[in-house]
Amino acid sequence: MSLIEIRNVTKRFGSFVAVDDVSLKIEAGEFFTLLGPSGCGKTTLLRMIAGFDAPDAGQILLDNEDIISVPPEKRPFHTVFQSYALFPHMTVAGNIGFPLKMAGKSPEKIEQRVTRTLAEVELTQFSDRYPHELSGGQKQRVAFARGLINEPRLLLLDEPLGALDEKLRESMQRELINLQADAGVTFIYVTHAQNEALALSHRIAVMNRGRIEQVDTSATIYNFPVNRFVADFIGKINLLGAQVIAVSTQHLTLNVSHLGEIRIPSKASVNVNDKGVMAIRPEQVNITALDPHTPNDGKRVGRIRDFLYIGDVTTYIIELADQIHIEALLANSVPGQAQLFEIGDPVAINWQENAAHFFPD
Amino acid sequence: MKEIADIPEKTMRHSSPLLRLIAMLVYAFLYIPLCIVIVFSFNDSKLNAEWVGFTLHWYQTLWHDHEMLLAVRNSLFIACCASTSATILGTMAGLAIHRYKLKVLPILAFTPLAMPEILLGVSLLLFYLQVLNLTLGLLSIILAHTTFCIGFVAIIVRARLQGMDESIFEAARDLGATPWQAFYHVTLPLIKPAIIAGALMSFTLSIDDFVITFFTKGIGEPILPIQIYTMIKVAVTPEVNAISTLLMLLTLTLIILASRFDSSMLRDPSR
Repeated sequence: MSLIEIRNVTKRFGSFVAVDDVSLKIEAGEFFTLLGPSGCGKTTLLRMIAGFDAPDAGQILLDNEDIISVPPEKRPFHTVFQSYALFPHMTVAGNIGFPLKMAGKSPEKIEQRVTRTLAEVELTQFSDRYPHELSGGQKQRVAFARGLINEPRLLLLDEPLGALDEKLRESMQRELINLQADAGVTFIYVTHAQNEALALSHRIAVMNRGRIEQVDTSATIYNFPVNRFVADFIGKINLLGAQVIAVSTQHLTLNVSHLGEIRIPSKASVNVNDKGVMAIRPEQVNITALDPHTPNDGKRVGRIRDFLYIGDVTTYIIELADQIHIEALLANSVPGQAQLFEIGDPVAINWQENAAHFFPD
Repeated sequence: MKEIADIPEKTMRHSSPLLRLIAMLVYAFLYIPLCIVIVFSFNDSKLNAEWVGFTLHWYQTLWHDHEMLLAVRNSLFIACCASTSATILGTMAGLAIHRYKLKVLPILAFTPLAMPEILLGVSLLLFYLQVLNLTLGLLSIILAHTTFCIGFVAIIVRARLQGMDESIFEAARDLGATPWQAFYHVTLPLIKPAIIAGALMSFTLSIDDFVITFFTKGIGEPILPIQIYTMIKVAVTPEVNAISTLLMLLTLTLIILASRFDSSMLRDPSR
C-alpha cells in the first residue's frame, strides 16, 4: 500500500488547467521529486497535498483514505516553504516548538523536545535569536527542524534550496539526503532544478503543462527519457532532425540530417517514414582527431567550431555542416590543459549504438 | 528597502539653495501660526496683540472653566469609545480586504475617507434623525466618529498585511494551528503594530473633529472643538490659545506614537 496516492487529480484556475488528470503513488520512506519548469503545476500539486488548495476533480489518499476534506492542520504533513515562512515574531525556539504547542503538548515537554532538536541541528546558541538575525543557511535549518519536530508522516518541500547560493546549496543537498535517511520521513520535493532532482531523489516525476511526462529513478530518467520534453529538460542533449527508414525487431535505422544512416536500438510504436529527432547526450559523444592523410571511410566527421571551458570539463561544439552542430563533453583529465582540440581541427565523432534515442514528432 | 531610503538623502545633498529656500518658506507657512498660538498661550495680556510677559495664568483659568473641562471630558470619552470600536471593525475590514480579493471591498471601506466631511455630516445627521430616530448626543457622535475612523484603521492594517509573506499564515495552519489559533498566535501579533497605530490615529481624528461633530452633536453636551469655536466667536482670548496648545500637544504625541508603531504610515508610505 502506498503512503500517498493521487488519483486523477485536476485543478483549474479560471480557464487555465494547472494540474491535468494526474495520478501518482508515493511509497513510505521515499524521497520523491516533482520536477518541471515554472508553471508546470508542480507547486499546485504540492499545495493540494498539503491541503491549501482543493482539487476540482480526483482524489488524494493517505493510507487508502481520501483526505480532500481534511483541513491542513489535521493532515500529518508539514511543509518547508521556499521563503522558509519562519514566524518573524518568534525566536528560533518558539518557531521550532510551534507544532508541539499546537498539538497541545505541555510546556515542559515542548522545552525538552526543542532543546534536543536544537542540539541535533547545531542551533543551540541561536535559540533566542529572531529569524531576521539568522543567515540563510540557519533559517533553512530552523525551517527543517520545525517541519520535522513532531514526526510528520510526510514532509513537503517547495524549492527549499532556491534562495541559497551555489556552494551552500551543494552542502545542503548532502545534508538533506542524510536528514531524510535519518528521520525516515517520506519527502515530496518540488524543484525546477534538474541537477538537484537527480542528486537527491529516489524517484522523480517530470511534469509539463499540468501533466506527468515520466516517473522513474534518476538514472532511468536521465538515460532513457520517454519523450523529447524529458530528454531536453533533464541535462543537456543534442537533437538532430531524423527520419525512420527501416524498422526491425532489434534496430531502428534513421536517416539523420548531415550524418547519414544511423542504427539505434528499436523502440515501440515507431513506423517507417516517421519524422522526429535523434537525441544523444554530449558526454556520450566521443571525439577522435582525424588524420588528414588517411581516408575517412564511413566516419562521421566534423570540425571543431568552438569550445566552452568550465574547469572540470570542456564542451566542444562540432560543426557537421553549415549551422548544424553537435556538442561533445570531455573531462579535463590532463593537468594544465584546458582543451584537447583546437578550433578548426577536423575530428571524427562516434558513440555506442544504445546511446542514441529517437523521438517522433 | 535600503536603496529607497537612500534616495531622499542624496537628493537633499544635491539640492539647490533655491529649492531649500522654498522648502523653508513652506514649512514656515505651516508652522508659524502654530508657534504663535503656543507662544501667546503664555502671554500675560488679555489681547493677542503684543508680547507682554510670561504667565501660566491662562492654563489656570482653563482649570477652573467647568464648561471647558466638561467638553474635554466628553471629547476624551467619545474618542475612547469611537477609536475602540473603529479599531475592532477597521481591523476586521483590513483583514477582509486583504483576504478576499474583491475590488468592491476596498472601495466600500475607503470611500468615506475621500468624501467631503460636510456631506458625511449631513447624511449622518439625516440618517440618525429620520431613519434611526436617535436622540442626538454622545452616542450619535460616537457612531459618527466610528464611521469615518474605520477606513483609516482598515488602510493601515491592510498595508501591514500586504507587506507580509503570505506563506507565514499557511505555515501556521500547516504546522497544526486551527484558523483561530493561527489568527491568535501568528496574524494578530504580526499586525499588532498596525492595530495600535490605527487606534492612536482614530483617537486623534476623533478628538479634534469639528465638522461631523457639529452636525451630529445636537444640543446640550459641550464638545471640545465646538467649545473652542464658540469661545472664539465671543473673543479670541489667550485661554483659547492655552487649550489649543494642549490639544496640539496631545495630537502630536499620538501621531508620533502611531508612526513609531507602524513605520509604513508616516515614514515609508511606499511599502
